[in-house]
Amino acid sequence: MDRLSLLFADIGKLLGRYGGAYLAGVRNTLVLALAATFIGCLIGFLCGILQTIPCAKSDHPVKKILLGLLRVIIRVYVEVFRGTPMVLQAVFIYYGLPYFTNNALRFTSVWAAALLVVSINTGAYMAESVRGGIISIDPGQTEGAKAIGMTHVQTMTSVILPQALRNILPQIGNNFIINIKDTSVMFIISFTEFFAVHRAAVGATYLYFPSATVEMIGYLCMTLAASFLLRALERKLDGDESYELVQADALTMTAGTYNYPDRGSPFDERNPEAVKSMMRESLRRQAEQDEAVRQGQRAERRRETGPSENGNRKGER
Amino acid sequence: MSDPILQVNHLSKSFGSNLVLRDIDFTVNTGDVISIIGASGSGKSTLLRCINLLETPTSGEILYHGRNILSRGVNQAEYRSHVGMVFQSFNLFNNMTVLENCVAGQVRVLKRGREEARTHAMEYLEKVGMAPYVNARPRQISGGQKQRVAIARALAMDPEVLLFDEPTSALDPEMVGEVLSVMKTLAESGMTMLVVTHEMAFARDVSRRVVYMNDGVICEQGSPEEIFGHPKKQETVDFLARFRS
Ligand SMILES: Nc1ncnc2c1ncn2[C@@H]1O[C@H](COP(=O)(O)OP(=O)(O)O)[C@@H](O)[C@H]1O
Ligand SMILES: [Mg+2]
Repeated sequence: MDRLSLLFADIGKLLGRYGGAYLAGVRNTLVLALAATFIGCLIGFLCGILQTIPCAKSDHPVKKILLGLLRVIIRVYVEVFRGTPMVLQAVFIYYGLPYFTNNALRFTSVWAAALLVVSINTGAYMAESVRGGIISIDPGQTEGAKAIGMTHVQTMTSVILPQALRNILPQIGNNFIINIKDTSVMFIISFTEFFAVHRAAVGATYLYFPSATVEMIGYLCMTLAASFLLRALERKLDGDESYELVQADALTMTAGTYNYPDRGSPFDERNPEAVKSMMRESLRRQAEQDEAVRQGQRAERRRETGPSENGNRKGER
Repeated sequence: MSDPILQVNHLSKSFGSNLVLRDIDFTVNTGDVISIIGASGSGKSTLLRCINLLETPTSGEILYHGRNILSRGVNQAEYRSHVGMVFQSFNLFNNMTVLENCVAGQVRVLKRGREEARTHAMEYLEKVGMAPYVNARPRQISGGQKQRVAIARALAMDPEVLLFDEPTSALDPEMVGEVLSVMKTLAESGMTMLVVTHEMAFARDVSRRVVYMNDGVICEQGSPEEIFGHPKKQETVDFLARFRS
């Protein structure tokens, strides 16, 4: 018991002296992880999209060669950055730039260097996830889009990418959480994130275990909050499981029919009695509807599981 | 007779060494309702997909108002927006509601304003009886309802021709009727339609021309009375006999 009170006392001491530094560390870690995940996703989407540009036999040879070259470059990028430790990539890039340019070029801020390294690292993982997310969307929808005259770009932006994004959202979350933790290796280029504060604090106080406790709790709080927010975002994107059944004379109920994307209720601005009876009617129809769905529909469930064959980084680094 | 919308000349298509369509000649005039029947694997889907350029024909030409759409420099996406297609597997956009499914193409391809597109989409959703479900997502409605939405989505583009590839084959029996009745209404309203189907009653009662395909060629075509009443070719007789039993 007195060990525990000692621990609390030591933590108190640490927080008293380094509380501000720990907080600044948390802020730096979060900002770096968030920005790098975002930029990494952009890189990933770019690579994923470029890799899935369709290439028919009848296409122009120049286009075929360019596409082939592009695929090779992306492949190399992915393999190199997925296949080497990030801590080493940081050193390699941070010191490599001045080395190669004979000190003409160097990183003036560790922020820029850290952001660059974590972003391209995340991008390498996301490239594969995005590619998987795109090819997992059933080609029927691409044909449906083509059949109404959409171009490849329109098909991608209206139909495929929104679904791919939704499918890989868990992996984006995974990357964000990994980045929160793995940015700790950036101390190697003297970036003062959360873990760097630990090194500074124990260097002066030798309170290794108490500081590690602070760090454990701090990291856990950050990752739990991230998990929670990501789940909430997923639920929001999925929309309602049920939907408002606009009444049979839909054209007269313009309020409910035309207000997408605000998604107001079609029963707004009506008197309460009428609303109640309409709700009852709606529920009854919904029940009939559900029955019909149960009988008529077997597919479409697939989507919920999403692509899982690639890009799971957990424990890979 | 006014000029044909579509004229298919000497169309052939092979997948590798598999010759699936052989020297098909075929004309679609305004107001035609044509049923294409034939055994599975005879090339009916491939013919429709070639007409919509979802497959690239190996040889031959497809004239759209006299212009060969297979020649270089033709905007294929633009052409497709005039030729609607309804698929066996619906192919609705799963990230959109019923209404958005019918709006997206109008806004992005035809560059209509959102309000106009919605009003237009509602008109057709009303026609196929899906207006109450505008806020539903494809995974929340039945197969027959999906197919009706798919028809509304195609119609909302104001196509000149509508191609149907076995629109009821993926449906449970009790939902076939609702889709066929929508198609019948469409045919009666003067829509030009090309329907691959195994619903012989539909082919006989609704269409004005029946095309029997066998092994990649058009074996016989004529009015429903000719094909169902007095088929000339032995293959046609044999094929239809299988449906009568
Ligand atoms: N993408 C494809 N690749 C190779 N062969 C195909 C492809 N699509 C269709 N086929 C072949 O073409 C033939 C005709 O198919 P299809 O047009 O679907 O027939 P139907 O619609 O009349 O049943 C079949 O033998 C089929 O195996
Ligand atoms: Mg077929």
